[in-house]
Amino acid sequence: MELTLALAIGVLIGSGVWLLLRPRTFQVIIGLSLISYGVNLFIFSMGRLRVGAAPVLGSGGTVNPADYADPIPQALVLTAIVIGFATTALFLVVLLVSRGLTGSDHVDGREPN
Amino acid sequence: MGWIDQILIVPIVLPLVTGAILLLFDERRHVLKAMINVISTLALTLVALVLLNLADAPPADANAATTGVYLLGNWAAPFGIVLVLDRLSALMLMLTSVLASAALVFSLARWHRSGPHFHTLFQLLLMGLNGAFLTGDLFNLFVFFEVLLAASYGLVLYGSGALRVKTGLHYIVINLAGASLFLIGVSLIYGVTGTLNMADLAVRIPEVAENDRMLLQAGAAILGVAFLIKAGMWPLGFWLPNAYMAAAAPVAAIFAILSKVGIYVILRLSLLLFGADAGASSGFGGSWLLFGGMATIVFGAIGVLASQAMGRLAGFYLLVSSGTLLAAIGTESITVTSGALYYMVSSTLAISAFFLLIELIERAQNPATNVLAVTMEAYGDDMDEEDIQEEVGVTIPATLAVLGSCFAGCALLLAGLPPLSGFIGKFAILSALLNPEGPGQGGSVAGTAWALVTVIILSGLSALIAMTRTGIRAFWAPIDETVPRVRLIEIAPVAMLLFLCFVLTVQGGPAMRYLDATAQSLHAPAHYIRDVLSAPRVPGPGSGAPQ
Repeated sequence: MELTLALAIGVLIGSGVWLLLRPRTFQVIIGLSLISYGVNLFIFSMGRLRVGAAPVLGSGGTVNPADYADPIPQALVLTAIVIGFATTALFLVVLLVSRGLTGSDHVDGREPN
Repeated sequence: MGWIDQILIVPIVLPLVTGAILLLFDERRHVLKAMINVISTLALTLVALVLLNLADAPPADANAATTGVYLLGNWAAPFGIVLVLDRLSALMLMLTSVLASAALVFSLARWHRSGPHFHTLFQLLLMGLNGAFLTGDLFNLFVFFEVLLAASYGLVLYGSGALRVKTGLHYIVINLAGASLFLIGVSLIYGVTGTLNMADLAVRIPEVAENDRMLLQAGAAILGVAFLIKAGMWPLGFWLPNAYMAAAAPVAAIFAILSKVGIYVILRLSLLLFGADAGASSGFGGSWLLFGGMATIVFGAIGVLASQAMGRLAGFYLLVSSGTLLAAIGTESITVTSGALYYMVSSTLAISAFFLLIELIERAQNPATNVLAVTMEAYGDDMDEEDIQEEVGVTIPATLAVLGSCFAGCALLLAGLPPLSGFIGKFAILSALLNPEGPGQGGSVAGTAWALVTVIILSGLSALIAMTRTGIRAFWAPIDETVPRVRLIEIAPVAMLLFLCFVLTVQGGPAMRYLDATAQSLHAPAHYIRDVLSAPRVPGPGSGAPQ
């Protein structure tokens, strides 16, 4: 499981970085999205990988924390997803404005000669 | 819990509420919106002043808390999010609200009407800045970073235009990538230590197992890169001069504090987490900051010399000031830190004033002047000499005289020449570097300290050359009919910022005493840690205290 997750994160971030370095704004935004997926998975994995362990404590009785998954990284991922989504949407608007103003989807706003 | 305890949350809640209220009014009622914004910003300045006094108040006895702690949701320290007020955060809050007041008053002349939602974005930016300065939790810091960045994306594009959209696009991409690095760093640190509270981290880092230390340091380094992008350290700062040059004048003026957010976090975290008590991780990253800072100064100084447009010059000077601060933090000396803090306050005020002034000066020049200046550099000035001779004896209009004196004040501050506060700041840093054992105690000066001294002095020289050249072009050039129309409301904020620098010079003693105390407590964070971790919870009504 660790290997699969590590490979998934690596592939996501690797493709994301490659796209981020491309000259078209659409490639850049897809690259940023891929990177943020990879980062979210990474945050999740920092709470250690557990199968079948709930992150939320049941009510009543004494509980053994060792039986539960770490809830904090999951809460962090949730926050990171929301913030990442919002900022990517904002970037999308700027991307469209730039396309409208310059008539080019190059990141520098003009086609290289 | 009296009202004085609740005041810690005001710098975050007040701008949030004001920003939300401003959304309710139509854009056509811009006078009302401006009034609300001005009242809120002034109230924020007052609150910052109260907090400054609160942070500086001497403790009642040796065991009393010296750090203000606010437990959000009344959760005890390592479990909930805390807001922490010490001298450094109070200083940054004060600086933020002063710059905000100046930029806001300036924008009232015309900028605030040239696009929608200026006032809301402005207040949200203040909320993010204040939150970042107050929070004592790493992930909460990320959230406030995103709040201030989201507002700054809106502001950097404010006023529109192809150039702003282009540089804004770059700015947003770089900061989104930086946010990913931030998250990776935070989660690595959490994975190793199991906590996000800064004070708790400082306790746990010395106890980190040998095997995990590599992971912890990798996390801290990645986190550091995210802040260094913000601070503009070479080679991460190429975006900064362009973005700041393209931004509208009041926006650039408030952005002068934005790069200081990165500096603030690095100063706080490097001394708290990797200070003298951090065991095997002690001093981690110090030499990177020192050499990176020096490279930034050199890069910035070359950029200052090469700049034709004044906006560009100011942007590159911002890099010089960032570099000076980073290198000063990297020396890990208490006296250098207090000098650097003084330099930070003075240079931030001066750059902010300069950004505002640039717009007023450039109003007099037609847009082609900058291009013309480049050609004049390349082909020589011979053509103009006859014209200049004919202009002898023309009186300088009053507006230009006022602008010129403000420009001279900025030049003195930026170059670090006496008699203004820029000189005192640089002198404090240099004197601390050359007297590592204290004044008159001798002690051997390290080679890196000599290198830093040289670089700082040369950067001052380059700023002086560039400012003189720009000043001659702007003010001693033949005056045509185009004397800029400057309103009092536009020049007043510039004069106010410069006057504050003057006050900082005259009141240098009390200011240095405050900053010395700040540096002392930053380098010995035991009080900070104790106060945060032992902050008492408020007893709930009845037995309904959270478990």
